[in-house]
Amino acid sequence: MTADLQLLFTLNGEEQQVRVSARNTLTEVLREHLGLTGTKHGCELGECGACTVLLDGKPVLSCLMLAVECEGRTVETVEGMMQGPELHPLQSAFAELGGTQCGYCTPGVLLTARALLVRQPDATRAEIREALSGNLCRCTGYQQIFESVEDAIRRIQQEPAQPESVS
Amino acid sequence: MSNRDDLQLVGKRRARVDSLGKTTGQTRFADDITLPRMLHCKLLRSHVPHAEIEHIDVSRAEAMAGVHLILTGEDFPVTYGILPVSQDERPLCKNKVRFVGDPVAAVIAADEATAEEAARSIEVRYRPLTTVSDPAKALSQESARLHEYGEEGNIHKRLAYSFGDVDQSLADAAQVFEDVFFYQGSTHLALEQHAAVAQADPEGRVTLWSSTQCPHYVHRALAKALALPATQIRVIACPNGGGFGGKTDVFNHEIVVAKAALRCGRPVKICLTREEVFYCHRGRHPVLMKIRTGVTADGKLTGMHLQTLLDGGAYGSYGVASTFYTGALQPVTYHLPRYRFDACRVFTNKPPCGPKRGHGTPQPRFGQEVQLDKIAEKLKQDPAELRLAIVEQPDTLTANYLRIGTIGLAECIRRVVDRSEWKDKHRKLPFGRGVGLACSAYLTGAGHAIYWNKMPHSGVQLKLDRSGSVTVFCGSTDVGQGSNDVLAVMVAEVLGISPGIVRTVTGDTALTPVDLGSYSSRVTLMTGNAAIQAAERARELLASAVGEQLGVPGERLRFADGHVFDLEDPDTGVSFEQAVVAAESRFGTLGTVGSYAPPRPAARFKGGGVGPSPTYSYSAAIVDLDVDPATGMINVNRVYIAHDIGRAINPVSVEGQVIGGVYMGLGEALMEEQVFRRLPPKHSDALVHRCPSMLDYKSLSSLDMPEVIIELVENPDPNGPFGAKEVGQGPLLPVMPAVANAVFDAVGVRIDEVPIAPEKVLKGLDQIANGGEGRVGPTEFPDIHWPEPYFVPPPWEGGDGQSTNDPEHKRAAKMHEMDRTTAS
Repeated sequence: MTADLQLLFTLNGEEQQVRVSARNTLTEVLREHLGLTGTKHGCELGECGACTVLLDGKPVLSCLMLAVECEGRTVETVEGMMQGPELHPLQSAFAELGGTQCGYCTPGVLLTARALLVRQPDATRAEIREALSGNLCRCTGYQQIFESVEDAIRRIQQEPAQPESVS
Repeated sequence: MSNRDDLQLVGKRRARVDSLGKTTGQTRFADDITLPRMLHCKLLRSHVPHAEIEHIDVSRAEAMAGVHLILTGEDFPVTYGILPVSQDERPLCKNKVRFVGDPVAAVIAADEATAEEAARSIEVRYRPLTTVSDPAKALSQESARLHEYGEEGNIHKRLAYSFGDVDQSLADAAQVFEDVFFYQGSTHLALEQHAAVAQADPEGRVTLWSSTQCPHYVHRALAKALALPATQIRVIACPNGGGFGGKTDVFNHEIVVAKAALRCGRPVKICLTREEVFYCHRGRHPVLMKIRTGVTADGKLTGMHLQTLLDGGAYGSYGVASTFYTGALQPVTYHLPRYRFDACRVFTNKPPCGPKRGHGTPQPRFGQEVQLDKIAEKLKQDPAELRLAIVEQPDTLTANYLRIGTIGLAECIRRVVDRSEWKDKHRKLPFGRGVGLACSAYLTGAGHAIYWNKMPHSGVQLKLDRSGSVTVFCGSTDVGQGSNDVLAVMVAEVLGISPGIVRTVTGDTALTPVDLGSYSSRVTLMTGNAAIQAAERARELLASAVGEQLGVPGERLRFADGHVFDLEDPDTGVSFEQAVVAAESRFGTLGTVGSYAPPRPAARFKGGGVGPSPTYSYSAAIVDLDVDPATGMINVNRVYIAHDIGRAINPVSVEGQVIGGVYMGLGEALMEEQVFRRLPPKHSDALVHRCPSMLDYKSLSSLDMPEVIIELVENPDPNGPFGAKEVGQGPLLPVMPAVANAVFDAVGVRIDEVPIAPEKVLKGLDQIANGGEGRVGPTEFPDIHWPEPYFVPPPWEGGDGQSTNDPEHKRAAKMHEMDRTTAS
């Protein structure tokens, strides 16, 4: 399998060049070519949501995405959620309130929730449920995930106004 | 150490010590490991369910560019298995395949795609054998035996125990209730697919990183299957991306990559596909069961006779233990004066079953709790009141010699009854809405290791040095339940420091003392007690050195807030770091150990080793649901659950386990099914998984999950660390029967099997509409040739825990007699 294509895209706010093969999925390129193993895979068939990343700010299943489709576009992974040493409010809320147990679905859930909060900064429980319905979690029974997202909403609202955007 | 009132950390809501690693994506799971020059492994798996392997031709695969090594059954002459009594597996099948998915060959290549292509080009000639799929038929299928060992037909194991004369107790009962139930199999569906990486070193030693819950057992099995001294093998358990029992077994792929790394001299990785994970399974056994229970006119139990038939799949796995567990815990909840239990596990040509959350106990618990609901209905009693009147007493020996210490079951029942407003709802809601109650009990750690030994079940080493750093070493494995946090918080509580400065090194057979693994809800209690012991020993050293320095008796020193100070004069003291410096100056390099082994069981009959536990947790659940009589669809509105936790070490983690258990229980109650179908003969006749994908294997999504309302009952148990009991498995158990009982309350239909699918509800409603009884479920339990039961009189009938008729002793005596007769 020859990596014969040059891919240029923005990854977590930085320009990224990488040689890929046409058949490589975005999951493979992130994890295997670039070593960003924060993005997980649970099925590689688009069923579980563990591989969710943000593409131009929207959640996508990176296992169903060919890397070459990302040419010139913007990708954000869990590794890009911290701003320098600062945790994203979702990251601290999930850690404190049990939103993460084994942690395997967590990166995908966090990114889905991040996109939701940009779109709907005051999302309700029902909207959170709806947004996360493509991310399977076998540990938490979702309840502490919902509570973590709601807590992050409160944290963001209490922060000094900062434009919340997805890089 | 338990029951201390001045706890600083225990009982507080805290972020786990490892949770930020998870929310930042830094936790490294097995498949996140990449090593220089790493090769990739793919397994060729059987596509036929039962066949002899006549020939394997690997020539085409061998010739492919990028292929480094091909292994077949010939490379693995030694069998292995997780239990000493079931050494029936090979890393790669040698003469025979026993289920679709059994691995036949392994290809190690430069990349995954090449390995996969090469594996596909291997030609295997099979001679088909009769496929065994129906457990009832398997009992006597002598002509198509899967294994050479076991009992007659395809019976793997039969058990029979009688704790008192149960026939008499049923004859004496005012009424006898007889029911047949079926509990469908289900799988763990951990989000992380199993992965393993092996690396050999120039000395011929091998290191295996794996997503395993039990590195110690993998270590032992690798030594056997690779025929290598255990000293040459190091197993490192990576954090598991969910386990639920699915990663407690030793897997063929772990052994294959270890062998391949030794042969190639390069690291080798495997990561299973989701479809392969479904076929690896080791999950919930489908169990058919018959329960006969005698009750007095006012609803007291006189005795119970439980029979179970387990569909074990193709290999032993943990199956013998699972078989015992289908009967072991029935007497732990309610007072049962006499108890008989017969259990039988059969081999079939399906993926092997094993332990899933609740291991062997959810099935009979479902039957028992649904039957109790029927008893209450018949006797016109409130199901909660009926149960409250028969809850077992604390500090009791059960009919089967399990020692109960604290029991919070009655309090659990009262709490959910109050919280859910049960009295206003049960039998009082409009048609289509209902509430159901059920209870359960679970082990807090198995009383025995899976192999007989007298060593600790859990060991901890503690290292302290002049920097003030504390590192705790323990073989335990974090599967998401928070075991690293338990270690850190136990040590931090005893030493009066922040858990954040306690580093944990876990699950590494080269670095950490043995812990048996993350199974049987044992970790908090066993590693917790070991960690407390190690930390208390360290505290003694520090107290002695600081006491000398300050001229204060050591026992007067208090460890809190990162300081060691005089209780009587809090201004006299040193920082924790200075205390360590004082101790290191006084005693030299600091290190302490702690270990834990469960108390000796009271049972002295053969097989009495399955069931004992240092303490039992209890749960009670009330499910509030709607049933749409037009579609049969069930919508769960709310689950109220009370759990007897002893003491919650970290309520955030405890509640997470409770909700997670309820979630998984609802999945089993409503939709999850690990089921198989025969392909038509023109498509190979194979017995294949009906839905080996995460879309088709239905589980609850965030839209399906109801609100869970939790009541924690805290009555510290003297055997638990700071009084804690388990929570990882127990709260799943009452959910399925509570759903079934709520469906009855809602629409009057009894569904005596799980999953409780809409079509079954409709079938029941149709029956009622046509004047039928409105019951869906199995009606027949097959005629099984049970061995003569071990007869053990219960404690209150003069028993001492021994069997009065140990059949093996009798058989041995008879053989001896025959020998003598023949000789004379």
